[in-house]
Amino acid sequence: MANHKIDQDHERFREIVKGAIKKDLKKYITHGEMIGRKGKDLVSIPVPQIDIPTFRYGNRETGGVGQGDGEEGTVIGSGQNEDDSGEAGEGLGEHIQEVDITIEELARILGDELELPRIEPKGSQRIETEKYRYIGIRRSGPESLKHFKRTYREAMRRLISSGDYDPENPVIIPIREDKRYKAPVPKLVQECNAVIFYLMDVSGSMSDDMKEIVRIEAFWIDTWLRSQYKGIISRYIIHDAAAKEVSEDAFYHTRESGGTKISTAYHLFDRIVTEEYDLSQWNVYGFHFSDGDNWGDDNAESIRLLTDQILPKVNLFCYGQVGNQFVSGQFIENLKIILAEQKADNLALSLINSKQDIYDSIRTFLGKGK
Amino acid sequence: MDLTKELREWQEIIEKSAKSYGLDFFETIFELLPFKELNATASFMGFPGRYPHWRFGMEYESLSKAYAYGLQKIYEMVINNNPTYAYLLDCNNLVDQKMVMAHVFGHADFFKNNIWFSKTDRKMLDKMADHRAEIRAFIDKYGYEVVETFIDTCLSLENLIDRHAPFIERRVIRTSSLVNPEVEEEKKTVKKIPTDRSYLEPYMNPADFLKAEQKKIDEEERREQHFPENPEKDIMLFLIENAPFLKTEEWKRRVLEIVREEAYYFVPQAQTKIMNEGWASYWHTKIMTGSDRTDPYQRGQAKPAILADSEIIDFAEHHSGTVATSPGRLNPYKLGLELFRDIEERWNQGKFGKEYDECDDFEIREQWDKKLGMGREKIFEVRKIHNDVTFIDSFLTYEFCQKQKLFVYRYNKEVGVYIISDRDFQAVKQQLLFSLTNSGQPHIYVQDGNYDNRGELFLEHHFEGHGLDRRYIEDSLRALYRVWGRPVWIKTKEKSEDEGREQIVIYGLEEDVENGINIETPD
Repeated sequence: MANHKIDQDHERFREIVKGAIKKDLKKYITHGEMIGRKGKDLVSIPVPQIDIPTFRYGNRETGGVGQGDGEEGTVIGSGQNEDDSGEAGEGLGEHIQEVDITIEELARILGDELELPRIEPKGSQRIETEKYRYIGIRRSGPESLKHFKRTYREAMRRLISSGDYDPENPVIIPIREDKRYKAPVPKLVQECNAVIFYLMDVSGSMSDDMKEIVRIEAFWIDTWLRSQYKGIISRYIIHDAAAKEVSEDAFYHTRESGGTKISTAYHLFDRIVTEEYDLSQWNVYGFHFSDGDNWGDDNAESIRLLTDQILPKVNLFCYGQVGNQFVSGQFIENLKIILAEQKADNLALSLINSKQDIYDSIRTFLGKGK
Repeated sequence: MDLTKELREWQEIIEKSAKSYGLDFFETIFELLPFKELNATASFMGFPGRYPHWRFGMEYESLSKAYAYGLQKIYEMVINNNPTYAYLLDCNNLVDQKMVMAHVFGHADFFKNNIWFSKTDRKMLDKMADHRAEIRAFIDKYGYEVVETFIDTCLSLENLIDRHAPFIERRVIRTSSLVNPEVEEEKKTVKKIPTDRSYLEPYMNPADFLKAEQKKIDEEERREQHFPENPEKDIMLFLIENAPFLKTEEWKRRVLEIVREEAYYFVPQAQTKIMNEGWASYWHTKIMTGSDRTDPYQRGQAKPAILADSEIIDFAEHHSGTVATSPGRLNPYKLGLELFRDIEERWNQGKFGKEYDECDDFEIREQWDKKLGMGREKIFEVRKIHNDVTFIDSFLTYEFCQKQKLFVYRYNKEVGVYIISDRDFQAVKQQLLFSLTNSGQPHIYVQDGNYDNRGELFLEHHFEGHGLDRRYIEDSLRALYRVWGRPVWIKTKEKSEDEGREQIVIYGLEEDVENGINIETPD
């Protein structure tokens, strides 16, 4: 009965959020920040809200009453959410829903949320690998693979048939012949492999805030791609005026200084791909984040490498330029020209000025379904 | 959908049980809804339909997502109406349905008997439907976007009402003009110097002098004439009565009236959130689990529990989910339930009154039991006359605060986190009362509706230690400007070391308009 009424309002709301209508409301939209924390898998799910302005107190200023353990000075919540409302009985940061959730579930939600297309792995040739699953049973094997239930069932069967089973005192002791063991059964599974390269500019001009943006965005990209491929390998390259491959941890925490030569990173990327990956079997992704402040005379070389070497090899190459309203690098402008001239459909570009832009950026990158 | 036969039978049993405890409610009608319908109904705040507006869609999106991702689900909705309507989620299992029905009767009793609900419209279901029809007619006539945008504006003003107005004797809404000619009283005139000789008159009281004096007096009088006479807290009403252009645009006045009326309908629910949920939770536990013989009200006769033995675990799990607490959140179900139980215990044991209050021996206080057995009677009285503010003010005790581990939290600017700042009883109580008073909304009054004799609107925020959130001041003023049509001022204070630094914000001056920042003319 109420359905069609709410559908109309819901549709209207979706259009406002998408920015199709009533653009003056755009500034009140909060998407909720997408926070991914590996380990405990605590993730906040973005639920867009439009806040109608009213005269009000800010929760930061008024504080509130809570309940539970803790000394004075104990931290009870982070203040990163600006939209806390101060009403009694309302939680901190009610606009953001935080929940324990598995990575697979998260990827599905992300896909739904951003309306991401599922990825078509490239090439007709898919790798088939033999995988073993322990679903068979046999009479011999190591104790560590003993099938407890089946063993006792055999023992019980033996006792009942020999008439030694006493329901009043149901003691069952398996002997050697009763023992059953799990056995591996080979199975052919189709598999497609993917390797993701994360490239980041760590030159002096990249601030910690910018790296935080890269970290969050890379987490979500990783989450999505992992949901699409069985075997996935992530590799990390950092560069300033020179490039090197690093561990995941170093990728996020290294702080270098000095100038920027993007070509060095592209060169290294290309070399690793050529040397280590058979392109008929691997899906290759490249995500490059930089503030775009490249050395002027390096631009031509970077673009040559990208268009001649990299783009023909990869499923998708994405360049995300992080910055703020004051600094804006030139590099993305050069790439835009390429995009326009060559109609490279596996190149995606986006400008990420703040955390708010991550949402749209991911959609740009992964919305191609490649 | 109507209840199933099984549920209907349970409704009868539970209703009977509720009545036997003394709960008193209007006829209560339950309906079973699938989750989509229940979410839709909840988005309309319990009503089957409201006027078209995107914010209900926003609510719906949020609820549907939370349900789809398994974050939360709504078990029930009750609306304050006669008859009382309640909705159950159709896929719930029986034990949940029974618990929810018991909970609903608690709410239904509260709606009917709590005095703060006494002025609410008990035919709101029909009223909301009328409002919907009316606004749809405006949409047909003036266009979707136009009407919707004006509703957006009204919603920005929704909290500018006087929450106690229903008890100050309702005034009939009058549409007076800005300067009302009818209220002009006897005009003051210049006192002449008395003379009984008429030929002296032009010399004693020269005409041009009289004229000049009269002008002065008039001026003074106008200045004295306050408009409004006293600061008006029901700003929405003030706008409805006085905003100049609402007189020519009847439909806008009507929309503002509708938004205001609905806002007033929901006020008591916000005012009694803790009590209402506490009361309903108290009764769902009592009704579900029955009661033991030691309960003085059972007079040795235990009531049968509604729960089957096999349902105990499910019930316990659901109930503890309802009253679960987390540090940054005050759970009204938990606080209300515990406080009602505490009051019942104190009045059973006689832990109140002068003698008890003055006793400062911890041991004796702890052991105090006069076996009065007045607890149940007391909580029924409390549910009748209190709202959350007076409830907390009268019954929150030092011991309760300790036992419930209540604390005050503050935002720490240096680190950017919320921390526990205080466990002192007085501080907790003060903080709670602050957040409950006026439903946690700032107190704002119309000070002058003809400011500086230019027809500008001057508001004043009564500072109570906290400043307004700066991010919303200008946009809220803009909404007022759209209705008032002339510049709007607000005097407020910023929190600072001393008493608060005064601050005046204006919106709608010509410069604003010329600068192109605020080129809105009231539409």
